[in-house]
Amino acid sequence: MSHLPQPAFRNDGHAKVTGRARYTDDLHFINMAHAVPVYSDYVRAENLKIDPGKAMEAPGVLKVLTAEDVPGQVCFGQIEPDYPMFAEGSIRCNGDVVALIVAESRQEALDAVPLVEVTADPLPAVLDPEEALRPGSPLVRAMKDSNLMNHHRVRRGDAEAELQRCPLVLDEQFSTQWIEHAYMEPESAVCVPRHDGVMEVYGSMQHPFSTRRFVAALLGEPLSNIEVYQPPMGGGFGGKDDTAAIVCARAALAARYLRRPVKLTYTREWSIRESYKRHPYRMRYRVGLGEDGRVRAVKVSMISDGGPYLSVSPWVNWRSTAQCFGPYSVDHVHTDVLCTATNNPVTGAMRGFGAPQVNFAVEQIADIAAEKLGISPLEFRRLNMVRQDGETITGQVLNTHTVSMEQVMEAAAAEIRFEEKLPRCSRGRSDTDELYGIGLAISYRGASLGAEGMDFCSAVVNCQFDGSILLETGIHENGQGSETVMMLILAEELGVDCRRIRYTRSSTSTIPDGGTTVATRGTIMGGGAVKAAAEQIKRTIAENLCEVLNCRPEEVIFRGDRIRGPEKTMPDTAGRMNFRPTQARPAGRAGLKAVGLEKPGSEKPVQGAGESGADSLSWEEAMKQMYDRRVYPYAFGTFRAPDVSWDDATGQGDSYFTYVYSCQAVELTVSRSTGTVRLRKIVAAHDIGRAINRTMVLGQMYGGIAQGIGMALTEELKLSDGRILQPDLNHYRIPRASEVPEISGIIIENPDPQSPTGAKGIGEPAMELIASAIANAVYNATGIRYRTLPINIDPEELG
Amino acid sequence: MKKSDMKTSEITVNGKPRMLKESMLDMRLLDYLREVLLLTGTKNGCGTGVCGACTVLVDGAPRRSCMISLKDVAGRQITSIEGLESDDGSLHPVQQAFLDAGAVQCGFCTPGMVLTAVALLNRNPSPGREEIRRAMNANLCRCTGYQQIVDAVELAAARMAE
Repeated sequence: MSHLPQPAFRNDGHAKVTGRARYTDDLHFINMAHAVPVYSDYVRAENLKIDPGKAMEAPGVLKVLTAEDVPGQVCFGQIEPDYPMFAEGSIRCNGDVVALIVAESRQEALDAVPLVEVTADPLPAVLDPEEALRPGSPLVRAMKDSNLMNHHRVRRGDAEAELQRCPLVLDEQFSTQWIEHAYMEPESAVCVPRHDGVMEVYGSMQHPFSTRRFVAALLGEPLSNIEVYQPPMGGGFGGKDDTAAIVCARAALAARYLRRPVKLTYTREWSIRESYKRHPYRMRYRVGLGEDGRVRAVKVSMISDGGPYLSVSPWVNWRSTAQCFGPYSVDHVHTDVLCTATNNPVTGAMRGFGAPQVNFAVEQIADIAAEKLGISPLEFRRLNMVRQDGETITGQVLNTHTVSMEQVMEAAAAEIRFEEKLPRCSRGRSDTDELYGIGLAISYRGASLGAEGMDFCSAVVNCQFDGSILLETGIHENGQGSETVMMLILAEELGVDCRRIRYTRSSTSTIPDGGTTVATRGTIMGGGAVKAAAEQIKRTIAENLCEVLNCRPEEVIFRGDRIRGPEKTMPDTAGRMNFRPTQARPAGRAGLKAVGLEKPGSEKPVQGAGESGADSLSWEEAMKQMYDRRVYPYAFGTFRAPDVSWDDATGQGDSYFTYVYSCQAVELTVSRSTGTVRLRKIVAAHDIGRAINRTMVLGQMYGGIAQGIGMALTEELKLSDGRILQPDLNHYRIPRASEVPEISGIIIENPDPQSPTGAKGIGEPAMELIASAIANAVYNATGIRYRTLPINIDPEELG
Repeated sequence: MKKSDMKTSEITVNGKPRMLKESMLDMRLLDYLREVLLLTGTKNGCGTGVCGACTVLVDGAPRRSCMISLKDVAGRQITSIEGLESDDGSLHPVQQAFLDAGAVQCGFCTPGMVLTAVALLNRNPSPGREEIRRAMNANLCRCTGYQQIVDAVELAAARMAE
């Protein structure tokens, strides 16, 4: 067959297609006990009393744990220690856990749940984020004097005054829904007390180091007592931090008490009930336009529902602030982003992290403005988008990387033939049942944490004396393929065959805390550290073996799975990172043939070289020589993100050290009789700096888009008085295969000079803008603007 | 031994006959595979028959093992993901295609997806992409957006036709 793709290497692929990959719930330990959580029916209540008495006597029950049994901190959190791992005295949301039952078997633990007696005095719940700020609203958090969780601002120029001077002012409101991560694997933890006193934690969680902090806090033990391992994880998407870490902490507490291994695996119902959600937003935008089509002023206010515990709400909201008007340069901006505490479910991190909500508003405003101005959506965007050396709304001058916003938009628009098809849109009129629409959206996204957090990471390269290589980084495998990406980066740096490298099964005890694998930072930060370690190890090897190769250390070349001296036939750039030139390659279905494993080491070694002992050495020979010299071919590399800045009062600063530029476009039809939206085709273009593994980049695009489709059309977690109605995947509908159209992915590569590998990232950019493109296309099909997510079309309105 | 435990039924799991005690017949097939036989490749994603992560083949047809009790499958042939490889460890063409097309991310849906695809190709050796999508509607995936899964099934079909 001619179109066979090159193998899409993954170090965990074989285990996953054979079912041998052991996820947390697949682990069994001798003498393992089983734990289950106990919830209350309350949403907000005081004087909580828990009587485990009868449950304690139930068959098989070993222990019923409550807040009273916690030796360390009951409450913990990523920013503030306010998230109770066991409810203590009060209930603040329906997902609060009041007790943990541990029994010989899971069934015995489950059977004892109704025997735990929970009483409390119910109180009126705070359920609306705006009402939560009104005087007289009950305080969700007793220790705080307000329900305001955070207030971020941008103050640039004088937006109000400029709005008064604008000939055209838009005033638009949008809102987004409650969204569940719906990772396929519910939370699970297995904790095993080790002979030396260390607690081993195996968990379905995204962030072993974050988990270690939660476990250590609950147990009241030092970090070194806790060793967190990450088995293969069935999806996270930002959703397996706080809650998943707390599941691990509770299992660890039970294991400490019983001095036995304890497993705590969540049902889907518990998972949806307790885990944190994407923040629903309410947004108001006033946008002042000049007759020349330029945006002159923007005044934005938004409020998001923070649930009862802070989690990372201030960081999520901060991204909404820094990116509050999308990829557009505006001189006068006044933005207020608020998050308030309520008794609704906890909200926290989810792929996109405060950007998908904002983009839903901004990219519809762009189309609304274009229509009012009588120009095309592309022209409006060209007039206003960020440019090379231009300034963002936070005053950041974009002069350290290629600002490719226009290149990216034009690539997607050309691929889907946007300008040709736009005039064919139905706008509510059609001779058939089908209304046709096309729409697009653009975004820029700050890569990595930006001014929200500490941003550094490390990697260990440990060459063995037989020529094999062990690699480990502070970035974690969340299913996205990060271990494979790190291996590919190292293979490229060392010029070796990827099969020479094994990724170490690491734990929190073997490598320093590299920060959480979030914020589209895995490839950029972990890859940077791998590159630094590779450079060190090449230096060490070159310094020691240059005399064998009859050359100076700086002349040693790592290429073709060998270590060589200078050779006339070798290009002098060999062994160093070769950036491919900027290019845009459509790589949808037909692009499969272009994807796969690309590595410099794939060329054949020069025949006979090395046999003379002078021209080149195999890795086996070279590492034996290192051994003979008593020198460890071992390196610890680190990468620290370039400095960023932020002024809280003005919202001005260099928010992120680089940006990913994205455009997604969609064609769809709407049935006039049923209101059903059918997606026909999607094109996605992203400038990710450099693709380390094209197959995986495309996989991130497709998967992110599918999640965006869910946000646009199918997903909505329905609440009633703070309780989640029908916490199951039957009613919470994530897209199925037929609801996702064929997607054409375009990878644009402008290597980023500040990223050691040139790569930026793709995880979140892929997710954050298709909902707005769909909303624009639905408008172009129906003539109706849908300002609320998910888009729910009443056929009556279509006429 | 209770009298009821003496009556037995038989099922075949991955080619091996297994005796079932009467007292086990109300157990979900999913729990039997995962907890009794320790065949943990079959995943529990929802427990309500909607996600397809627990898909196994019952006499060649894809079924959700979380919705089936052992008494429903007495006398039947069960194939879980562990039963798909050849004795020499070589992969089924569908498994190989999932690897080659990049159809695996977190991998939690993968065993169920692979088995649904195997059943589809047994039924129809050359399905179109729309038909593949319709068949895969039985299985949820939150990572891949399905496209590379469809690519993989198409690739497997082409290879199996060779």
